[in-house]
Amino acid sequence: MDLYVAIFQGIIIASTPLVLAAIGELIVEKSGVLNLGVEGMMIIGAVASFIVTHETGSHLMGILAAIIASGLIAVIFGILTQYLLSNQVATGLALTLFGLGLASLIGQSYSGISLKAFPKLEVTILSDLPIIGGLLFSFDYLVYLSVLIVFATYLFLKKTKAGLVLIATGDNHDSAHSLGYSVKKIRLLSIVYGGACAGLGGAYLSLVQTPMWVENMTAGRGWIALAIVVFAVWRPLWIFVGAYIFGGITIIQLHIQAIGVNIVAQYMSMLPYIVTILVLVFISMNKNRLAVNAPNCLNKIFKSDI
Amino acid sequence: MNYVLEIKDITKSFFDIKANKNISLKLKEGEIHALLGENGAGKSTLVKIIYGILKPDSGSMFLDRVKYSPLNPDSARKHGIGMVFQHFSLFESLTVLDNLILGQKNNISRADIINKLSQIQHDYDLFLDLNKIVATLSAGEKQKVEIMRCLLQDPKIIILDEPTSVLNPEEVKKLFSFLKKLSDEGVIILYISHKLQEIKELCDSATILRSGMVVKNCDPKVLSINELAKFMIGKDIIESYDLSQTENIDVMNVVDIVYVNPELYGISLEKVNFSVKKGEIFGIAGIAGNGQSELMKVLSGEINDIKNGSILFNGVKINSLNINDRRKKSMVFIPEDRLGHSAIGNLSLNENILLTNLWDSDFFKNGMIDNVYLDNKTREVIDKFNVVCSDENSLASSLSGGNLQKFVVGREILKNPNIIVCEQPTWGVDIGSANVIHEFLLRKANMGTAIIIISQDMDELRNICHRIAIISNGKLSQTYNTADITSEDIAIEMAK
Amino acid sequence: MFKLEKKENIDKSSIFMVPLYAIGCSLLFVFFLFILLGKNPVLALFIIFIEPLLSVFGISELIVKSTPLIIIALGLSFGFRAGVWNIGAEGQYTIGALSGGATILAFYPISGLWLLPLSFLVSILAGALWGMIPAILKAKFNTNEILVSLMLTYVAILLLSAMVYGPLKDPDGFNFPESRLFHNSGILPVILHGTRAHIGFLIALFLVVIMHFLLTKHILGFFVKVSGESSKALLFSGQSSNKIIYLSFLICGGLAGMAGVIEVTGPIGQLVPGIPIGYGFTAIIVAFLGRLTPIGIFLAGLLLALTYIGGEAAQMKLGLPNAITGVFQGVLLFFLLAADAFTKYKISLINMKWKS
Repeated sequence: MDLYVAIFQGIIIASTPLVLAAIGELIVEKSGVLNLGVEGMMIIGAVASFIVTHETGSHLMGILAAIIASGLIAVIFGILTQYLLSNQVATGLALTLFGLGLASLIGQSYSGISLKAFPKLEVTILSDLPIIGGLLFSFDYLVYLSVLIVFATYLFLKKTKAGLVLIATGDNHDSAHSLGYSVKKIRLLSIVYGGACAGLGGAYLSLVQTPMWVENMTAGRGWIALAIVVFAVWRPLWIFVGAYIFGGITIIQLHIQAIGVNIVAQYMSMLPYIVTILVLVFISMNKNRLAVNAPNCLNKIFKSDI
Repeated sequence: MNYVLEIKDITKSFFDIKANKNISLKLKEGEIHALLGENGAGKSTLVKIIYGILKPDSGSMFLDRVKYSPLNPDSARKHGIGMVFQHFSLFESLTVLDNLILGQKNNISRADIINKLSQIQHDYDLFLDLNKIVATLSAGEKQKVEIMRCLLQDPKIIILDEPTSVLNPEEVKKLFSFLKKLSDEGVIILYISHKLQEIKELCDSATILRSGMVVKNCDPKVLSINELAKFMIGKDIIESYDLSQTENIDVMNVVDIVYVNPELYGISLEKVNFSVKKGEIFGIAGIAGNGQSELMKVLSGEINDIKNGSILFNGVKINSLNINDRRKKSMVFIPEDRLGHSAIGNLSLNENILLTNLWDSDFFKNGMIDNVYLDNKTREVIDKFNVVCSDENSLASSLSGGNLQKFVVGREILKNPNIIVCEQPTWGVDIGSANVIHEFLLRKANMGTAIIIISQDMDELRNICHRIAIISNGKLSQTYNTADITSEDIAIEMAK
Repeated sequence: MFKLEKKENIDKSSIFMVPLYAIGCSLLFVFFLFILLGKNPVLALFIIFIEPLLSVFGISELIVKSTPLIIIALGLSFGFRAGVWNIGAEGQYTIGALSGGATILAFYPISGLWLLPLSFLVSILAGALWGMIPAILKAKFNTNEILVSLMLTYVAILLLSAMVYGPLKDPDGFNFPESRLFHNSGILPVILHGTRAHIGFLIALFLVVIMHFLLTKHILGFFVKVSGESSKALLFSGQSSNKIIYLSFLICGGLAGMAGVIEVTGPIGQLVPGIPIGYGFTAIIVAFLGRLTPIGIFLAGLLLALTYIGGEAAQMKLGLPNAITGVFQGVLLFFLLAADAFTKYKISLINMKWKS
């Protein structure tokens, strides 16, 4: 039983960065923008939080640093795509390449250093409960924060007028503009928010999951986050499902190797990526469900006065 | 006399074109006022100024004697001016209620909006299921949503831009009675249109614009259609054409075509049946969105997997032929969208010639494009069809709508086709170019070419077609002789 | 307040002014970055951009490094023009390297002039097939080709690793994760004696010429242009957009695969897990910097190769971190995209106030 609890905990920890990055990107895409720079923003978050935490000794400062740093480079993407009308795919790629390069540069002298462990939320009575304690109450506060953010996003989109305006912007930016809504501002805000979330996800990697800085430590998670948004068909609560499935596969694959099942390690490592492809195909096959939920304006450039 | 809206000497230019020249207008409470004019006369510009989208270069406006200078549409709305555009500002994937909420900038609660809406629905007989997704609504229903948006703001003035272009006769009647009710309550209606019959029926007064200036203020009920037209265009409109005799040979037979549209909210075609004779101009009338684009694609071969029913060209079944195979058989096609379908804006004119000639080996030498031949052909089209442009290397987007359409039509006519299938051939085209295009088509018909015209413009079809059928909800009516078809027939068919 | 207005006529000279602006701005950016890192900026710029050009060895390395970049970018440009986003070139490159290398290893120690051409054929095919996966999925199921091609990159890299750690490991190699060194018939002939510069470069040049003709004079180039503008118009012209998708990925994948086998039979000379070093992504920058034209790509490939070589030299001589190269490349793409906006649009000020 303890093993299963441990596996469950491992899955949650592996999935949380994906949840954070994906829920941020969901908002960005709902507003009508495709930001392929998630990988770049995540790694900047990872390196920024690591360096600041190491230098100041405070995890909180590190997290704030991650949010600010990723938010800032997201602004570059925002200005280029919304105000200079650049091609979103190319700009997103540029963001990823730049982010990866910059992170490697900044993180040069921090390789191999380890940090003190990230505190778990010790809710004494609750976390001591048999099984349930381990399953639900023994995580760090970022895990609970990620859950909160997802629910908040769900309520935001479903119940608030601001959420409705965001969805409208992604549905038809010309109509939104003629109704007097500032499409560019809304999208820029979403982009910065998405950056902050991705940064938070990256911070989780370098502060909690592997409390170390390793070059390119995001290892494609940013791209998987993008896939999770499609998998969830842009519905916030389904981000959980997607993230936990991918996190799950990563963890289970490690355990299978540990048991000694004789499948070559690399093939097991391929699993998350192959499953992502299969899931994407399955989702895209249902054209009509896609049509109703996919933001109509995704990737279309909005040309108008500010 | 208390005028609610006073407009004085409004002038607006775009680069060197004067869109509005010293326009003055006075509207009193409850007036239904028509703004008449051809495409490009300046109606949209004036109305955009009133609604705060554009700012005039000079002149002023007054609302209830107070200076009115809206910075943007939000401001105009706050002053009690509402507008229903020709192209709706709706969000297709959201519900009617959500769309209405989005139209409100103030922080009025959802419950309050629903209450107000049921009041409006009751008072004006405007019923609509608030929870329906907008994409599932018909054009007429979508217009109702736009109107409800306006009414939620308690407007003093409502501007409508060509509102009946998307309505069938039944819906037009309902709209008119609704507008009259509003006017009785003191709301001013500013009604933009070029449909003279409707203006005569609905409006108390009219301002006629031509080339950016006011040429006449009048009571449309008193003047005849021809008189109104003369002011609008500056000459008698009814250019009646003499249609030539058609030969009794069927060039095309469409028999019981069924097309199931895979799109979620798309129109399917059901048992479409008609034939076209040699030298005949056959019109397919109908309001946009009733299956015209689907029919066009089925005829052109862009959809070529129809299993139910057959399309016969000179007796041969062509269902499975793709578009270039059909072109090889001397059929040509002119879809309605000239920036993105029949032509591409970012490509030059000669590249656009190549677009529909890829099947013609004359344009190629050893697999490479024969640029000399291509340039010659392009110049031929430009000269013969009077296309105003710099040269054959000009980008298609640099041409005016009328010139580009002449180019596109000319490109196809030059092939001496057996049949021309075109969709909205004169939409958005200035009247001079429209007449020229009609003349080209008539001349071709005279020489034996069969022509199918799919169009929303009943006047156009009445003018140049031998026979007409009406498409409604994917079904085609029986074929009528143009001379015999009445407004009732059309109304009945469109309501089906 | 500003607004961007589309310019009526695009300045013809902008086609090379834009890359020049972007390069200039990026150089300025790294200039300041060097200062921040405490290094002499002028010296650093000299070592990175000028010094390699001053020796035969430098030029030969330039030839070696630019070859794969140019070849991959040529393939990418075809797809990008058509609006098809192949982000998986790195994976197709890897699969090409793997399959071509495996072919050479399979025939060890047999020698013959046919071995290289055979391995080329195999890698082009393998790369093309790997590229066809996202193509088929997009055509049949409308699956996003960006994500699929990316996921496949990771799969390809893992596959290479599995092979080199496993069946392709050098039996006489003390259990290191690398394959046998390729025997003579599996090595590309060198064109500059005493250097690593091999005939792969001539192949790249040849491809530049072919692509140029294909895109400007051949009907295929026309289709690509139309496809990139409007899928409706493409259908209207008689071409199916699926065909263009397949063709784009075939060409991208095949060329990337070729670049892969050129690298392993050229400078690398064997199969190792570290073969993929990001050429598939850098080639994207090369393609944009070269404005998606063959000749532009050739020049851009040379420039970016220079940054790799210069970057390594700067690391050795000045202790500048290698990551500078990656930063420069990323910044270059940013400035390129920004500069692009200014050629297509002009900024004008809107008058916010009413005239009285």
